[in-house]
Amino acid sequence: MSDREKILGRIREALAVPAPRPGHAPETSARLASEARRWLPAVGESFEEQIALFRANAADLKADFQLLTSQIELAPRLRQLAQAEGWKRVASHRGELTQLGCDALNLPVLFTDQAYDPLALETCDVGITECDALIAQTGSVLVTGRSAGGRAASVLPPHHVVLARRDQLLPDLPAAFDLVKRKYSPGYPSFISLITGPSRTGDIERILVLGAHGPKKLTVFCF
Amino acid sequence: MTTPASQFSDQANLVSRDLRHRRLIQTALGKYEIVRDQRKAAFQDWSAARQAAAETKYDAINHLDKYLEEFVSKIEARGTKVHWAGNAATAREIITGILQSRNARSVIKSKTMTAEEIHLTEALESAGVRVVESDLGEFIVQLRREAPYHLVFPAMHLTRGEISDLFTRELHSAATDSPEELTMIARRELRKQYLAADAGITGANFAIAETGMIAITENEGNARLTAAMPKLMISLVGIEKILPRLEDLALFLPMLATTGAGQALTGYNSLYGGPRQPGESDGPEEFHVVLLDNRRTELLADAEQRDALHCIRCGACLNVCPVFRNVGGHTYGTTYSGPIGSVITPHLRGLQDWKHLSSASTLCGACTEACPVKIDLHHHLLQNRRNAAHQKPRRLERLGWKIFGAIVNHPWLYALARFFALVTQPLHALFAGSRLDPARGWTQSRDLPPVPRQSFKNWWRHRE
Repeated sequence: MSDREKILGRIREALAVPAPRPGHAPETSARLASEARRWLPAVGESFEEQIALFRANAADLKADFQLLTSQIELAPRLRQLAQAEGWKRVASHRGELTQLGCDALNLPVLFTDQAYDPLALETCDVGITECDALIAQTGSVLVTGRSAGGRAASVLPPHHVVLARRDQLLPDLPAAFDLVKRKYSPGYPSFISLITGPSRTGDIERILVLGAHGPKKLTVFCF
Repeated sequence: MTTPASQFSDQANLVSRDLRHRRLIQTALGKYEIVRDQRKAAFQDWSAARQAAAETKYDAINHLDKYLEEFVSKIEARGTKVHWAGNAATAREIITGILQSRNARSVIKSKTMTAEEIHLTEALESAGVRVVESDLGEFIVQLRREAPYHLVFPAMHLTRGEISDLFTRELHSAATDSPEELTMIARRELRKQYLAADAGITGANFAIAETGMIAITENEGNARLTAAMPKLMISLVGIEKILPRLEDLALFLPMLATTGAGQALTGYNSLYGGPRQPGESDGPEEFHVVLLDNRRTELLADAEQRDALHCIRCGACLNVCPVFRNVGGHTYGTTYSGPIGSVITPHLRGLQDWKHLSSASTLCGACTEACPVKIDLHHHLLQNRRNAAHQKPRRLERLGWKIFGAIVNHPWLYALARFFALVTQPLHALFAGSRLDPARGWTQSRDLPPVPRQSFKNWWRHRE
């Protein structure tokens, strides 16, 4: 008998005896995690409330959030960043928004949505990617391998710049997982991630340090 | 002879007097308590969220066979190879076998307690594979060749000075007292490893049945790099990590972050559903998931304590436990320490050898209160004590209670015993608390109340 059959057999044998329900709750009261919106931290209904919440969360997380009045503002802001940090090489992927970003910079671009050399990516100063959504409730950026140029472009370079449209702002986590399902099911990408702030650690005396392994900086442009 | 119980009590004696240790733990957990409470207060209804999380895990664990098969068929459909391991040895063999057949000599590993449980690193090293821990805390304890101190904060017991000394000795870096500089030393060291390693090994926080994905929660980005750069990825997953639906994460991720570290959401919450798919540009060419039982099914068979499998390893019960805070993580001598460790270790490693952990408890119930999935921890400690006594009765203790019963049931025996105590107590005082004293466990730190000259009955009869 294989280990699979043995383990499943042991499980079925064990489950023949029912366990008491948690909190002595009657079976009919089963509350599903899908109703989570009622219990999670509250989120306002209007766009303005949600963008203000995202901004506050981003500040808490030490991420840089910039709401632009139009996409024309993107090029000068990006060039400013590039100059301040001395970017020489950019990692990005093909997309409508990243096209705008790359055009603005006039720097060599490594495209990570096709086969690329990881060592070359390691030398890039910034990863500029799109995303699937911004989540107001937590200040998170939802990315997938498909929306953000693979698994590494948003984590290997020392600075991650996210370009997002205003209509990509979602209120909360239940809405984020709902979007993942609607957009991709059943052909899910092999990598899906909620990025909440720059890379961080508190492993030494519980003191916050940014840039443990991933990006030291996270900048979100929304327009 | 050193037994797990004597080792526990020796270590506990040492650590609970160590003022340096006490200061470190108070600082770390003091900060944690403040932010955890802020995050809990941000929830609209924390107690309803806990109940829902408990019921979701109840559903998952009580239909484990169905959800595991769903998970496996979904994740295999995307080209993942799933292996089943009945015990630790099988899991080690499977993983070593995968690495050897691909000629993989170096491994970058992201934090996984399940790998600690099966002593994976030792097995791989003795098979000639080089293993590097990538989580900063784990990297530090690996350099010290010791086990993680805490489920979530592996290097919580060390000061920056000790870490600096360690880095100077092992990595030849310049001494510094800045946590930021220390982190950057580790970052530089590990960067090379991500790109050079032949394989990446991870654990999982959750396994989603509905969509066939594993979920990994982390702050540093080390797990993301481990799952992005090497050609081969292996994830070791305990069978209890199952969650039924993708949207369950909308509840579990913020709850794990809140009780685990006092965060609204952990830095990176990533889902991996397969190796690199057609049309994808990076990620591993091969993805293996090893499902581990290792006596979890024995815990499952104990319906009374089955909810211990709901555990999401947030560490909240450790952080609030007065025993953990006094004796520290290493004293337990187990992979999983604190209240949850005391509950499950007897099931995973044998009741008689590990029953002492269930007695190292004040039964204050702080752990049960802190648990985000409502595991009835402090009652399980009592049940372990009961089961241990039932399995192997302590004859001397039983005899003691029999004698006590006889004395209090017979007035003449009681009077005799009182007279005996009255006469012998002054003699006992001569060696009370010394090594000769049979009652030393009590008397070395406490006074024995004096036996009154007059009995209550006698006083009552002659009162004015």
